[in-house]
Amino acid sequence: MAGAPFTMEVELGKIREFARATKSSNPDYLKADTPVSPATFLASSAFWTGPENSPPLEEIGDVARILHGEQEFTFQGEPPRAGTRLVGQTRIAATYEKQGKRGGSMRFVELVTEFRTPEGRLVAESKSTAIVTGQAPEEGSATS
Amino acid sequence: MTTITTTGTTTGTRPTTWEELQIGAAAAPFTDTPLTRTDFVRYQGASGDMNPIHHDEQFARAAGFPTVFAVGMLQAGVLATYATDWLGAANVRRFKVQFREQAWPDDILTYAGTVVGRREEGDRRLVDVELTATRQTGGIHLKGVATFVVP
Repeated sequence: MAGAPFTMEVELGKIREFARATKSSNPDYLKADTPVSPATFLASSAFWTGPENSPPLEEIGDVARILHGEQEFTFQGEPPRAGTRLVGQTRIAATYEKQGKRGGSMRFVELVTEFRTPEGRLVAESKSTAIVTGQAPEEGSATS
Repeated sequence: MTTITTTGTTTGTRPTTWEELQIGAAAAPFTDTPLTRTDFVRYQGASGDMNPIHHDEQFARAAGFPTVFAVGMLQAGVLATYATDWLGAANVRRFKVQFREQAWPDDILTYAGTVVGRREEGDRRLVDVELTATRQTGGIHLKGVATFVVP
């Protein structure tokens, strides 16, 4: 269950903008000619890719109430630098259920996006753990 | 517990050394200015996440919230900024956050990090750190772990 691959250019201006937005003043992001991307930068790809790039989430059940529970990034070496072209592909890596604190079960879905060079070398992975609940989120619950 | 002043390149001082990164060594905590709606919008524009729940007051109230709430990935990004200022932008190999209590406009968050593991793998030296973003109430907004190589 994987979405269609997509191409992501790691852009210099986007790195600077993202670093500023995450309150960085680090010249390694803001002044370097070919800066590394910030550690959470690759999450942004999820917001401009198309529905064809997403795995079929409707198979999971009611997606009307999805909370972002965890987010993890792993890098094989340093984070990709400005000018790098990556090919990303998102898949459902796992689904499981846990009992909630106030009773009722919560469904967890792990979405993994692999980012590779065009030649196929793994560069980074982004893992989102989403929690599907039946109820509106309350203060104190996991959110994004 | 020893405290290491957050160094990195931001302050232009020497990088944190392997010898300093003993278990329990902590970076100086960073207390941010109060969260603003402008912070949320700026991050949403940078990331492309335009979910109105973080900037549209009417939308947030209609969804049952008292007001808009903070973008979890913004604070995750600030936590990464804090950790990479400490241990180096190019050195991060793993960064994970768990979203706990929601954060709200005007919240004052304090970011902190402590060394919880160190190991050598082949010719690489790795350090594991535990990270937190804590609200002014004492409630934990984010819990994180990260792994860095130490040159």
